[in-house]
Amino acid sequence: MEHAQQARRRKQRKEKIIRAMLLSPALLTIGGFLIAPLFIVLVYSFLTPGTYGGVIWEATFDAYIQFLFERDFLDESLVFSTAYLEIYGRSFVQAIVSTIACFIIGFPTAYFIATRPEHQKNMWVLLVTVPYWVNLLIRTISMLFLIRNEGPLNYGLQAIGLIDSPLQIAYTNFGVGIGLVYSYLPFMVLPLYATIERFDFRLVEVAYDLYADRWTVLFKIIMPICLPGIIAGSLLVFIPSLGSFIAPDLLGGGKNLMIGNLIALQFQGSRNWPFGSAAAMIVMSVVMVALIIYTRQQTRSKIQVH
Amino acid sequence: MSGARNSAVKIEHIVKRFGAGDRAVYALADVSLDIRDNEFFTLLGPSGCGKTTLLRCIAGFEQPTEGNILLFGEEIDELPPNKRPVNTVFQHYALFPHMTVAANVGFGLQMLKRSKREIEQTVESILKLVHMEQLADRRSTQLSGGQQQRVALARALATRPKVLLLDEPLSALDLKLRQQMRDELKQLQEETGITFIFVTHDQEEALTMSDRVAVMSEGKLQQVGTPSEIYERPNNRFVADFIGETNLFDVTVEGIKGGEATCVTSGGTRVIAIAIEGCKVGDTVSLSVRPERIRFAADAVDGDSLIGVIERPTYLGTDTHYRVRLADGFTVLVRLQNTHGAANGVAVGDTVTLRFDPDAVVMLTD
Repeated sequence: MEHAQQARRRKQRKEKIIRAMLLSPALLTIGGFLIAPLFIVLVYSFLTPGTYGGVIWEATFDAYIQFLFERDFLDESLVFSTAYLEIYGRSFVQAIVSTIACFIIGFPTAYFIATRPEHQKNMWVLLVTVPYWVNLLIRTISMLFLIRNEGPLNYGLQAIGLIDSPLQIAYTNFGVGIGLVYSYLPFMVLPLYATIERFDFRLVEVAYDLYADRWTVLFKIIMPICLPGIIAGSLLVFIPSLGSFIAPDLLGGGKNLMIGNLIALQFQGSRNWPFGSAAAMIVMSVVMVALIIYTRQQTRSKIQVH
Repeated sequence: MSGARNSAVKIEHIVKRFGAGDRAVYALADVSLDIRDNEFFTLLGPSGCGKTTLLRCIAGFEQPTEGNILLFGEEIDELPPNKRPVNTVFQHYALFPHMTVAANVGFGLQMLKRSKREIEQTVESILKLVHMEQLADRRSTQLSGGQQQRVALARALATRPKVLLLDEPLSALDLKLRQQMRDELKQLQEETGITFIFVTHDQEEALTMSDRVAVMSEGKLQQVGTPSEIYERPNNRFVADFIGETNLFDVTVEGIKGGEATCVTSGGTRVIAIAIEGCKVGDTVSLSVRPERIRFAADAVDGDSLIGVIERPTYLGTDTHYRVRLADGFTVLVRLQNTHGAANGVAVGDTVTLRFDPDAVVMLTD
């Protein structure tokens, strides 16, 4: 009796070890490449900046205070300042506009691909992704050459007589927007394609049969059913747009700081690592909250379904 | 106009052709039909016979290559599906997965811009009609197949269409539910007074529910008539064979006397049938005899009788099917009702004489 029990216990212990070993690669990856770096950023955001970069191990909330307040030079009193909030606001607006633009361009594109004959679909998907085999920096610089005052776009428009003097597109927020849309469009198209491809087009026939017109079919049937893909695509465009660094730097001419540039600046010129870390933590928490709300809604609608 | 009732859907020489030239395929080859108001009309045929194409032409999803469709006397060929006052119940239910049952049912009314109150009231009453009022707030994806079909039916009926098109709506349900839904559909049609055009490949559905049935094959109408007409008096071999079970004999007409034709099989057996119009001595025709019209006779054997050996009985509970092999090798199916138990007084290997009345024999020319 006792012997059998011992054997069973030994077996259970063995299974436990095997399970831990099988899980370890995933746990190590998540721990080493995700949680640990994030933890370092979090810790750094509460430290004091060193004079030549790096940090001094003295805990302080200074970085977070600096985000919202300006310290008066003379009496050290704190004055509320919107300078950084403006950068964040501008970045959010820029990211939202780019996401919407990506959706407006991406939805018809994805719809087109999804409704092609089976053997053509993969080719179209491939064509969407081909430009992304080129380095992002090179693509952004190429975009700059296209839209600058002496670029082919302006020359072309002038040649056909639509405009007299070059349009200032480069080094404006609009130019940054073009860069962002170009950079992240596939992230919108691919998830949209995946959902529209699975869409049951017989439902369109049913809706037509029940007196719906084209637009109603699009807005009340196709889009709501494809909502998970729309949300996924929007997140995949919005998040990198919000933290983008190359497009605002090159296409915006560094005139209007965006979040990405602000953070980069803290680690380069300003040598204020804690503030850079804090700035990163703030963006991340905002995005996280949005994501949590989204996933909660998803699970809730899934519970409703089953 | 036919009879006392108005024409609901009049189909005039509809042709639906796919492709062109030598490779053209005819889904519908010159079909004309007059479906009356308040009628339960069934299009019956094997898959690929064109019945669904015809239904889709009426709904507006397909454009006929030639011909006209009139709805209560008005041409509707130019109207898109969302402008035609006909609704469809699809084989695959196709409920909107992101909506509740009530929203599904109310969708058509909403599209017609009816008032909120009217929509609510109609949805409630129509859900009651299909016994789904308890589940109005459920997501459509949470329903069983039978429930989904009821909702699909309610959704199509909610706008009170002049004609309801049903595309094999019961084929995905299990047998018990299918039988129950048959009764409900028929009752619903009678209660609402809406013209139902029902497409099916299931002859039992067609016979039990319909006022009239159109049998189709290869894009053509084979016969239009009441269920008993198409069963008892089929027009041709296809209809006789497709509707129910039958025994088909290839015979030659030997003599005609007093409306009755004496026909002879290749094996030399004589069968008397009621002569159809235009049949002459020497014609080669087919004779159809339903298995339930044949009985075993023990009486004197004469030269003209069909005599055979019982080969294989199939016991079906209410009745038994016997395969009887005739002297010329032909097998005849006989169906006996088990009114006195399963035995029927015969056993495998018995030699029996088959008897049937001349009016049980239907002569078919093609």
